[in-house]
Amino acid sequence: MKISVLKEIHVDEKRVATTPDVTERLIKLGFEVVVETGAGVGSNFSDEAYRQAGAEIAPSAESAWQSADLVVKVRPPEENIALGKHEVDLMPEGCRLISFLFPAQNEKLLEQLAHRKITALSMDSIPRISRAQKLDALSSMANISGYRAVVEASALFGRFFAGQITAAGKVAPAKVMVIGVGVAGLSAIATAKSLGAIVRAFDTRPEVKEQILSMDAEFLELEFEEDGTGEGGYGKVMSKEFIDAEMALFAEQAKDVDVIITTALIPGKPAPKLITSAMVESMRDGSVVVDLAAEQGGNCELTEPGKVVTRKGVSIVGYTDLPSRLAAQSSQLYATNIYNLLEEMSPQKDGSIVVDMEDVVVRGATVVNSGKITWPPPAVAVSAAKKPEPAVVEAPSSEPIKPPSKVASVAKSSLLPMLIGGSALFGLGLVAPPSFMAHFTVFVLSCFIGYMVIWNVAPSLHTPLMSLTNAISSIIVLGALTQISSDNPTIMVLSVISLLITSINIVGGFSVSQRMLQMFKG
Amino acid sequence: MTSSLITVSYLAAAILFILALGGLKDNQSARRGNLYGILGMVIAVIVTISAFVTQNYTILITVMLIGGVAGFVLSRRVKMTQMPELVAILHSLVGLAAVLIGFANFLDSSFNLTGVEKTIHEIEIFIGICIGALTFTGSVIAYGKLSGMIGGNPLTLPAKHWLNLSMFIAVIVVGVQFVGAQNHSDAFILLLVMTLIAMVFGMHMVAAIGGADMPVVISMLNSYSGWAAAATGFMLSNDLLIVTGALVGSSGAILSYIMCRAMNRSFISVIAGGFGTTSGSKSKVSAEVQGDVMEIDVAETGQLLNKAKQVVFIPGYGMAMAQAQHAVSEISKILLAKGVNVRFAIHPVAGRMPGHMNVLLAEAKVPYDIVFEMDEINNDFPDVDVSVVIGANDTVNPSAQEDEDSPIAGMPVLEVWKSKTTIVLKRGMAAGYAGVDNPLFVKDNTKMLFGDAKASLDLIIKAL
Repeated sequence: MKISVLKEIHVDEKRVATTPDVTERLIKLGFEVVVETGAGVGSNFSDEAYRQAGAEIAPSAESAWQSADLVVKVRPPEENIALGKHEVDLMPEGCRLISFLFPAQNEKLLEQLAHRKITALSMDSIPRISRAQKLDALSSMANISGYRAVVEASALFGRFFAGQITAAGKVAPAKVMVIGVGVAGLSAIATAKSLGAIVRAFDTRPEVKEQILSMDAEFLELEFEEDGTGEGGYGKVMSKEFIDAEMALFAEQAKDVDVIITTALIPGKPAPKLITSAMVESMRDGSVVVDLAAEQGGNCELTEPGKVVTRKGVSIVGYTDLPSRLAAQSSQLYATNIYNLLEEMSPQKDGSIVVDMEDVVVRGATVVNSGKITWPPPAVAVSAAKKPEPAVVEAPSSEPIKPPSKVASVAKSSLLPMLIGGSALFGLGLVAPPSFMAHFTVFVLSCFIGYMVIWNVAPSLHTPLMSLTNAISSIIVLGALTQISSDNPTIMVLSVISLLITSINIVGGFSVSQRMLQMFKG
Repeated sequence: MTSSLITVSYLAAAILFILALGGLKDNQSARRGNLYGILGMVIAVIVTISAFVTQNYTILITVMLIGGVAGFVLSRRVKMTQMPELVAILHSLVGLAAVLIGFANFLDSSFNLTGVEKTIHEIEIFIGICIGALTFTGSVIAYGKLSGMIGGNPLTLPAKHWLNLSMFIAVIVVGVQFVGAQNHSDAFILLLVMTLIAMVFGMHMVAAIGGADMPVVISMLNSYSGWAAAATGFMLSNDLLIVTGALVGSSGAILSYIMCRAMNRSFISVIAGGFGTTSGSKSKVSAEVQGDVMEIDVAETGQLLNKAKQVVFIPGYGMAMAQAQHAVSEISKILLAKGVNVRFAIHPVAGRMPGHMNVLLAEAKVPYDIVFEMDEINNDFPDVDVSVVIGANDTVNPSAQEDEDSPIAGMPVLEVWKSKTTIVLKRGMAAGYAGVDNPLFVKDNTKMLFGDAKASLDLIIKAL
């Protein structure tokens, strides 16, 4: 099977879908690789390097497209102005395509692909499950965006990120706020941290708090209970009250921080506007805002996609091509993601691929299958059901029926024992003398106290609990003590033996409990 | 000493005992709780001596000293891994004391009771001795099993359920005759007969229970020793004994319940017999595990641990047997120092008694806050890079969830197979106590490190 690697025609796109390194590995998997001449130039990979890796160099875009069984690309196919043709129309019918396709925004493109009987896999539609992590190109790119965002910010920011005390005076460290802690956010935190800045981060999903703290950044917390975890590990739209509280927090932080990096995205929706013009204006002169959501409309009101704008001394970076600005790195990671996908899809390792629609990962990525649009895929559960699935909340129709029947059965099942217990108590009350009933009352109440107390015992202390209860159950020694002064020698001897063994038990039980509890000091 | 004063002292002792048990809710208050328990016991003993003892002081003090010293020495010498045995043997002492005190009380003619009171008193003696006797022999057998003197396999006599039932009925019949007995010597003989039956019953009951159910047995005997004390309290009309006995009895009962729930088995089925015996023929034990076992060596294990970000250790009884807790602790410290997120996952029935693993890890000074209960950690396994199973088997067996016909189906287990890599330290491929094959060992992401757990872990320390 022939894989064609195309030169990207999108303006300023420097990435390439396969590196010489990965080419070599693909050939080992049994594929033939064709690379359009100049495809790797933007990422500093020469044709010669590809040739040495075993690829064939196609002299023109047309020849590369037409000889392909499988095309790998970075950007979705678009109009090739130089050739006056759309890239889809350059593909042979029935060809396969692996690329970023953003199916939600590109429905027309899907139709075009379907029309040409193409099978297309979209690298941005890989389900985010643990097995598919090595294919997750979005994460790879987000990681690079996060890194590059800090690099861009530091280039525009006129000062050090790290605090220093020099002979020429003291330099305060820069303060960086990261909003939205996904892969990009985490990467930005790590980069800013390693440059020495003070980093604060905010996210609506409480589960990322730990990750933020683990990177030694501060977690900005709202005094507000709402879980922003949505489907597929992304965030979701929050309530109005929450957003108000959040905006107040950002407004307050904007006055204090030097750099704001926003990465807040909600799948299928325009990016939420989190940084208002007023907030930007309240920032100190020379501050920088980097808006990683620029392509989806931006988290900042002033963002202009693809550009850097300045407002009252504050630069707002709206680049949409951050991964492309680190082209060699992006290409390497993206190529590896593609390689991993192809490896998954060619179980025989014989240079052919199987589009197995039963496989969750392949199913998710496949947006057009032999001319049929198969997007969107059925939902995949991700977060390992930590909390009750939101879907359950949305389908309350079946819920209210169940609990009453359960209550009824509980009532029924506990009715019989209660009846038996009640009549047994009644019978006892009829015959037993008052002195016995007094003891019996004590007994029953003690059982209940025991029940209440023991449920509170920490499970880790169950062994000490047993040794301690053992020690106190040798309170039975009182029996022996009341008998030891008997004039009857048999009774005396019996009680002496009891006394001996219970003494072992008392001292042994308490002492071993103490020994164990000492160990639990930590 | 006036009787009111005695009552007040006993009340104080009872409250101290309740505080002692209540103190076990966390580590901080637990040691103070133990001191409350000691104080309560001292008050009770001193008040009883000064109120009831009129002669034989020398013997009393000598005997208590001998017993006390013996108990102290025993408690200092015992290894933490042998804790289940110690607890079992201490239970047997309570049972034996209940029997002896019951007989002594029966022989004491100073009680002049008539009518219903006499009957009730006799029933109290009878029940006290009965529970005491079966606790005594049951605990002795449990001790034998735990210390390896008796094989751990369940004893399966033919028609054992009928045997148990007939012994139970015999005890009731003897009891009825005992209460109705005309003269004292007849009654004494009946009491002896009952004691013998109860002793056989206790032996048989514990002998028929398999090794994996030991945590239930220990908690159950703990409960019985409490009920024996309570019954003795009724016999002596002593409220302190009743209160304490009831506390201990319900404590043991709750522990038994927790252990049964952790194995998804009913109390009755545990008592009725061990694993495998209930499902009948062995050929029915479904789903022979097939697949290749992947071995791993110490150096590779070290590398895996070095690369991991999230490591979870899952200790089982094998760790206790190999005395490997210190080596595990050492490894966890090395990894923690490297910034690895190290945690321990404890299944409720890991080991041979409730909380056994926690005690061992505490002994090895594993920080308390990285030790988690099953429910706390089970959801986190998908994020874990390396799970290290040390001598655990049934508690990590995926067939409990995957195979409906498995004898342990439905038992809650630690889902180690969801982690990226699982390393199982094990002596050989033998099945666990439940006698069930473990498909975990042949999973793709499972690697086996055969050999003595302690030796392997010591080598891993070097590799790290």
